[in-house]
Amino acid sequence: MKTKHRIYYITLFSVVLLGLIATGMFQFWPHSIEASPEWTLDRRSVHDAPLVKLPTSSPIPERGDLSCRMHTCFDVYRCGYNPKNRIKVYIYPLQRFVDEVGVPISSNGLSREYNELLSAVSDSDFYTDDVTRACLFIPSIDVLNQNSLRGPPDYNTALDVPRDRALLAGGGFSTWTYRQGYDVSIPVYSPLSAEVDLPERQPGPRRYFILSSQTAVHREYRSELERLKEENGESILLLDKCSNLSQGVASARKRCSKGQTYDYPQILQESSFCVVLRGARLGQSALSDVLQAGCVPVIMADSYILPFSEVLDWKRASVVIPEEKLPEMYTILKSIPHRQVEEMQRQARWFWDAYFSSMKAIGLTTLQIINDRIYPYAARTYERWNNPPVVKWSSVNSPLFLPLIPPRSPGFTAVVLTYDRVESLFRVITEISKVPSLAKLLVVWNNQNKSPPEESHWPKIAVPLKVVRTKENKLSNRFFPFDEIETEAVLAIDDDIIMLTSDELQFGYEVWREFPDRLVGYPGRLHLWDHEMGKWKYESEWTNEVSMVLTGAAFYHKYFNYLYTYKMPGDIKNWVDAHMNCEDIAMNFLVANITGKAPIKVTPRKKFKCPECTAIDGLSLDQTHMVERVWLCRRRSPLTGGSAEIDEVFLVTRLALKPFPAVNDRLYTAPRNASALTVHVQ
Amino acid sequence: MQARKKYVLLGLCTCCWLLLFYWGGLHERILGLVTHRRAEVLRPWPDWLDRALLPAYASYAELQSMEGPGESPALRLQAWNSIYKDSHCRMETCFDFSHCHGHDGFRVYVYPTEKSDRISESYRKILASVAESRYYTSDPREACLFVLGIDTLDRDQLSAQFVPNVDERIRGYPLWNDGRNHVVFNLYSGTWPNYTEDLGFNIGQAILAKASLNTEHFRPGFDISIPLFSKEHPQKGGERGWLLRNTMPPKRKYLLMFKGKRYLTGIGSDTRNALHHIHNGKDIISLTTCRHGKDWEKHKDARCDHDNEEYERFDYQELLHNSTFCLVPRGRRLGSFRFLESLQAACIPVLLSNGWELPFSDVIQWNQAVIEGDERLLLQVPSTVRAVGTDRVLALRQRTQMLWEAYFSSVDKIVLTTLEIIKDRVYSHISRNKLMWNSLPGGLLVMPEYSIHLAHYPFYYLNLGVTPGQEFTAIIHATSPLVSQSQPIMKLLQVVSKSKYCSQIVILWNSEKPPPHRSKWPPMPVPLVVTDGKRKTSSRFLPHVAIETEAVLSLDEDSVLLTSEVNFAFHVWRSFPERIVGYPPRSHFWDPVKKIWGYTSKWTNEYSIVLTGAAFYHRYYHYLFSHYLPPSLRALVDRISNCEDILMNFLVSSVTHLPPIKVAQRKQYKEMPNPQSTNMAPWANPEHFTQRQECINTFASWFGYMPLVHSQLRLDPVLFKDHVSVLRKKYKDLERA
Repeated sequence: MKTKHRIYYITLFSVVLLGLIATGMFQFWPHSIEASPEWTLDRRSVHDAPLVKLPTSSPIPERGDLSCRMHTCFDVYRCGYNPKNRIKVYIYPLQRFVDEVGVPISSNGLSREYNELLSAVSDSDFYTDDVTRACLFIPSIDVLNQNSLRGPPDYNTALDVPRDRALLAGGGFSTWTYRQGYDVSIPVYSPLSAEVDLPERQPGPRRYFILSSQTAVHREYRSELERLKEENGESILLLDKCSNLSQGVASARKRCSKGQTYDYPQILQESSFCVVLRGARLGQSALSDVLQAGCVPVIMADSYILPFSEVLDWKRASVVIPEEKLPEMYTILKSIPHRQVEEMQRQARWFWDAYFSSMKAIGLTTLQIINDRIYPYAARTYERWNNPPVVKWSSVNSPLFLPLIPPRSPGFTAVVLTYDRVESLFRVITEISKVPSLAKLLVVWNNQNKSPPEESHWPKIAVPLKVVRTKENKLSNRFFPFDEIETEAVLAIDDDIIMLTSDELQFGYEVWREFPDRLVGYPGRLHLWDHEMGKWKYESEWTNEVSMVLTGAAFYHKYFNYLYTYKMPGDIKNWVDAHMNCEDIAMNFLVANITGKAPIKVTPRKKFKCPECTAIDGLSLDQTHMVERVWLCRRRSPLTGGSAEIDEVFLVTRLALKPFPAVNDRLYTAPRNASALTVHVQ
Repeated sequence: MQARKKYVLLGLCTCCWLLLFYWGGLHERILGLVTHRRAEVLRPWPDWLDRALLPAYASYAELQSMEGPGESPALRLQAWNSIYKDSHCRMETCFDFSHCHGHDGFRVYVYPTEKSDRISESYRKILASVAESRYYTSDPREACLFVLGIDTLDRDQLSAQFVPNVDERIRGYPLWNDGRNHVVFNLYSGTWPNYTEDLGFNIGQAILAKASLNTEHFRPGFDISIPLFSKEHPQKGGERGWLLRNTMPPKRKYLLMFKGKRYLTGIGSDTRNALHHIHNGKDIISLTTCRHGKDWEKHKDARCDHDNEEYERFDYQELLHNSTFCLVPRGRRLGSFRFLESLQAACIPVLLSNGWELPFSDVIQWNQAVIEGDERLLLQVPSTVRAVGTDRVLALRQRTQMLWEAYFSSVDKIVLTTLEIIKDRVYSHISRNKLMWNSLPGGLLVMPEYSIHLAHYPFYYLNLGVTPGQEFTAIIHATSPLVSQSQPIMKLLQVVSKSKYCSQIVILWNSEKPPPHRSKWPPMPVPLVVTDGKRKTSSRFLPHVAIETEAVLSLDEDSVLLTSEVNFAFHVWRSFPERIVGYPPRSHFWDPVKKIWGYTSKWTNEYSIVLTGAAFYHRYYHYLFSHYLPPSLRALVDRISNCEDILMNFLVSSVTHLPPIKVAQRKQYKEMPNPQSTNMAPWANPEHFTQRQECINTFASWFGYMPLVHSQLRLDPVLFKDHVSVLRKKYKDLERA
């Protein structure tokens, strides 16, 4: 029994032992044997990073070259042409460097902030793990703080480490060390950003006018500030460090003035302007705190290159005053209009939110700036960099922004959408063909079951007439940017609008020339927000304010055809096609949204009538159709549902204006000779 | 019992084994070995286990309270001044701000030119532009900036325009002061074969305004890169851009074009010698010729004959008009004429000129108007430009036109832009921001002394997503003394003050008699201010401090209006805040026989002027009128007491490039002389009309072109003259005759 047991135990122990040995063997197997990416697996300690011994004889790179620019020191071939216009960034794996004796070369190793930055880069779509595809390389050596590399601090304005031709993203460049167009000036990150949560305050007047919170201000400047305070009294608050607190976190979060203690950075929110003076270094972490508090920084640091100044418009978020003019600071700041101060407060906070708030924001902004340089044709616009979200929503940057009054020739192209009302269509064609500025007539044949009439049946007109057959009976077809439309002006007209005279149409075209970015139409409609019902009210009654014109007869720029077909937000286009309605409303909304401008209504001399409808009181559409439209547009259509793209912009009911011909003389005669009729299938 | 122990033990062992297995990461390795390089990990910067324990990059003490070397700021500035000079010049160290004190302190002095000097046409234009600018002073003592009287434009020693001995001559200037506060203009420097940036004399601490500047030699924030312009470049006015319409799709016949010299040797030949590679004869036309210089045949290679032949087949102007993109490669120097040529032609420039500091790069965001290529990547250019989308082409093309018209179309604009950039640096806290420089109407028409707040201007409402204010200020120009309570001005006061949008009324007292006592004015629901116009006609457009609203309603004392007309016009103005919105129209025309501009008040189908006797406009135009226009024009207006309204129309149309807007009006304004008026109406005087005709021609010559634009339309309220019940109409009074 006992021996049996003993054997049992022995086997058991030997199994355990073998197991241990085997594990140990795997555990302490030399790393070199395994593939190197193996090591970079998650959940490791920084201290596991491989040690690299640097012999004293290892070559030292050149010191930075001040003449470096993108075209001389940057190997652009590595980035190459790239359909996404995105640079690829590689991060070197972490290593710990020791000298020959085994003493670590840097005192700190990897810092929390640098780790955050590299994590953010590796999470972003800039990242690649393929060295051969990379265009930009980031070393994993942490040089955020030069003090951790050496003994006594120096106050140079650029990293004082031999770095060959490397591009430097540094906080605190002066104009003499910054290589414009090559280096990137970044903010000095403030750890308080992560620690303190300051809710955004509405822009407006604050308790103090000017506040100085820096503790290391040169005594000459401090006495100057005190003099200013004496002259201008309580609106200036000068803070200093609290003498009763020892150095450390506690003292970093407190400021004192005349025995009173204030919380820092909360106190910054109580002032309109906050002074950011040159300290031992040009870049100050106080700038970040000030922006976070939504206080307008007053930057007095001559020759300082402001963070991300390549893309950020600091004049809209800060006041830069030469150090020499410190005594005039109060007068200068007082001369700034209140509304400007409010805009600056909002802008300051936005800069912090977007570009200062975390190492991630700082890192990715830096990469984006470099990206913009390498692919300048895909660079972000000024508005994208500088407009806070609230402005981005409400502002309009019309794609047709140049004030042009296009010449009268070559005229416009009339696009008639038709299904099968041939007789009425022919009357419309005959009528339009008399318009002097008509360049071409395009009939969009939307009936798939029936062919358009024979060529010989069409009216003979003096301008080219083309028929386009569509594949599906969709309302959107009328807004398709057909290649056949060679003019920029398009007249969209229904096949039943026969009451517009050629004179009225010609005048409509003249009006469009003066407002080429607007819809110029004839009958108007009103859209209003019905507060009681909580939905859009659609009314075709005669009212005073018209923010829509129907596209049954309207001039507009061909660009809007392109927008309607390819850039219409949400599923509006599909909705319109599915319901066979509201295409004109969608077009009105689109134009208003993109240009921020109301349509123009041209007075028709005759009343609008739809020959096939039983019109009441001059309505162009019969009552049943009207009821249907109201009902449809009230439903949760993309128009009323408030998709993300269509927001309050539409709520603005703009005044529509009705131009009127001063004299009804015939002004225009244009000779026409070409006559062509082609039928082809789209 | 034994069996139980046995199992417990066995269980323990398994546990140990499993624990070891997992802790040791063994399974990962085994898995890794099995699946073979599953470790091509997605996220190679690891989530360090101990990331929370990592030290901060800097302590609070380091960040907040690090005392630097106790160097005094004043001493540091002194030290800077001795270190950072010449090629290290910056405004802080090489510019003496003390010469530019006060708001009016930015004055520019031009050294007199010597008669014996030959001054090139281009430099003559530059000097004329400075002399005509509002910053000019003839007194060197009050000057902040100095411009040389010596022609320094062409510093190519082989050129006929080269001026020798510049060094000695500028040393002779008593105010030279090693170039401090001087600006030196230059277009060409260096000579064959290297074309270095050497000017052949020592500019010291002077600001260099130079074409073809290299980023390496450029002193950022100090020098100014200007465009290369030809000697035919007009001094004033200048041609408009060639873009007449935004065609859709925005394609032209050719995608990309180049027509120019091919350098076989020497600087710049690397790029020029390769350009023919991208020629495909279809949509990309890249033509080079070897035929330039005297001895080109010496360097001739196999391509030359074929290329030269192909070169002759295309016309440069035709290509310029018909290409979407134009290559602008470097020549011997970095900049070339074709840069401005393609900018004007709305042919989007594709730059191949590495290291060129683009013109006015301080303020202009070029990446929104041109494609900045890289000489090294010439062969990628075709695919790059093909990939530029429709919207982008539209935007780039319109921006070329905006920049051309704002900064480049005349020597005057180039020089003024240079001066304004320097001025913005000197008064940095009252300077233009980038949006002002880069959006319509351009930086030269934005005067930061008026305001640095964007919403105070009529141009940026849409961009900021705001609408113009809901109130207006009425300014009534009173010239006749107040004698009776039935005078037209009394009626007018009542009409205007009844408008719910009226926030205040300013009476500009321009009569010979002193203004009446306050009690003589009728009681008003809005504040009434009377200011003294000092009997100057131009005073009606002074930027009176009393005006607090964005909108101004300018009125003559005898204007006949209805409250609803005022309200409607104000509504219209809010839709067109950058234009003049008013009632009585006038027109100009070109008289081909006399070759002068004519003025007409006849009723025609067109108008280009809206009289400011009853008109809304933005108050910023008051500021422009008083500060942007030259004193000579305002003096003319004061002398003849006439034409101020025409001048205002010129000004606004030159800013907007658009006509004014006429709105519906019940009665015809000033159709018949008012029998009650004590004075003889000035416009009934035939001389009055001739004066106005002369004014138009004087103004057109100052502007250098005719800014007025014709319009054919009038804006009416929506239900105006519609056959619906009057009760439904918002502006019913308008139709009661």
